[in-house]
Amino acid sequence: MISIQNVNKWYGDFQVLTGCSTEVDKGEVVVVCGPSGSGKSTLIKCVNALEPFQKGDIVVAGTSIADKATDLPKLRSRVGMVFQHFELFPHLSITENLTIAQTKVLGRGKDEAIDKGLKLLDRVGLKAHAHKHPGQLSGGQQQRVAIARALAMDPVVMLFDEPTSALDPEMVNEVLDVMVELAQEGMTMMCVTHEMGFARKVADRVIFMDRGQIVEDCAKDEFFGDIHARSERAQQFLAKILQH
Amino acid sequence: MNYNWDWGIFFKSTGIGSEIYLDWFVTGFGWTLAVALAAWIVALALGAVLGVLRTVPNRWASGIATTYVEIFRNVPLLVQLFLWYFLVPDLLPEPLELWFKQDLNPATSAYLSVVVCLGLFTAARVCEQVRTGIQALPKGQAAAARAMGFTLPQIYRHVLLPQAFRIIIPPLTSEFLNIFKNSAVASLIGLMELLAQTKQTAEFSANLFEAFTLATLIYFVLNMGLMLLMRGVEKKVAVPGLMSVGGK
Ligand SMILES: Nc1ncnc2c1ncn2[C@@H]1O[C@H](COP(=O)(O)OP(=O)(O)OP(=O)(O)O)[C@@H](O)[C@H]1O
Ligand SMILES: [Mg+2]
Repeated sequence: MISIQNVNKWYGDFQVLTGCSTEVDKGEVVVVCGPSGSGKSTLIKCVNALEPFQKGDIVVAGTSIADKATDLPKLRSRVGMVFQHFELFPHLSITENLTIAQTKVLGRGKDEAIDKGLKLLDRVGLKAHAHKHPGQLSGGQQQRVAIARALAMDPVVMLFDEPTSALDPEMVNEVLDVMVELAQEGMTMMCVTHEMGFARKVADRVIFMDRGQIVEDCAKDEFFGDIHARSERAQQFLAKILQH
Repeated sequence: MNYNWDWGIFFKSTGIGSEIYLDWFVTGFGWTLAVALAAWIVALALGAVLGVLRTVPNRWASGIATTYVEIFRNVPLLVQLFLWYFLVPDLLPEPLELWFKQDLNPATSAYLSVVVCLGLFTAARVCEQVRTGIQALPKGQAAAARAMGFTLPQIYRHVLLPQAFRIIIPPLTSEFLNIFKNSAVASLIGLMELLAQTKQTAEFSANLFEAFTLATLIYFVLNMGLMLLMRGVEKKVAVPGLMSVGGK
């Protein structure tokens, strides 16, 4: 579903990504972790071409991003993305947030879009809030709406960039629950997160990044099972976050 | 000072036809409105386009908009008006030049000049407000829209501009008020707007103080009215639950 092939990216002289390669199969859930500044966000932003890269290629559902002829907006419309700060559109109602891209990007009819949006809103447990605006919801609720908004586009894969790290602790679980359900239904997912409980529960693979490189890329059981077989950096990192 | 106030002056005949002085003020007020509203439409439309150009990821587009702003903001308004009225018509192709100088009645040609002048001058200022508004939005907003497959024009149309305009209503209000005040420059190229009618009344009737008091009052009431109008607009488009910055 996603094939990341030797991706290199520079910001000026600074190399953010160095020779990153990995594959994400259909239905697979891959968790990406690593210290701050290691390039996790940059890597998943490359997957839907939000960030350009200078070398290598990423192929999403058969479409190459490096190919100049690729219609990038169209590719992005098939890749769902959930951000750390939700990024709902504050001037639009929840219903409008859920429908605007369906109608403007996919060209769906209004009724169909509303129907779909409300179904997904119901699924994340927020049907009663359809008429509200994002500013009237809690962080956890906003993030659930953001997930529903991405799902409304019928994405072939979902990308998450630290979807729970801006939330108050008591709201983390309501968002993780939605993500777990999604994973169990077979959605292909690439999640940057430090929620190791989530990784243990639903991840197929864990990728550990450090200084722009993919240092570890292995099955979940292998990753958590034999921590001492991991690289030194990964061990240090795990020791730090597993204390919480 | 020994001055005989005579507030009845406005209802006295001007000696021209059956007009009383108040009629002149009404006509003048009408021209002031016509100038300011037309110029405001030009300023808002062009200013929005320029403001967008200043923020798009294209050096040529932002360069053009920046140059525009520097020129139109830094040349005095009166100089611009004289250029538009006296110089620009001479530079037009001949048929247009003749049309402007001979076919149009003098009031219309003065009106067109001042609308273009004020519109383009104020557009430079609106542009800066729009740019500030767009840049004040969290970067993630554009990223989220892009991630859903919006094209650049769609991002501006549906996500950035509706939010930016809400933020900049207060500074836009003051530009809107300025355009009414600045419209008084039209009197210098012979357009009989409010200030010109006031001067004329003062000269004809010798009731200088009454005339200027009334003019002041009209500008003042107009400003208050516009301010209330814009407050109303601000309230009407206000977003429930506030405009959240950064999602939280
Ligand atoms: N626009 C930019 N220009 C220059 N450098 C940047 C830019 N964006 C990110 N970087 C740098 O690239 C590196 C990787 O950033 P990235 O955001 O991908 O890290 P991350 O792993 O997501 O970190 P975090 O856990 O803090 O989110 C960092 O060192 C960062 O400072
Ligand atoms: Mg990050």
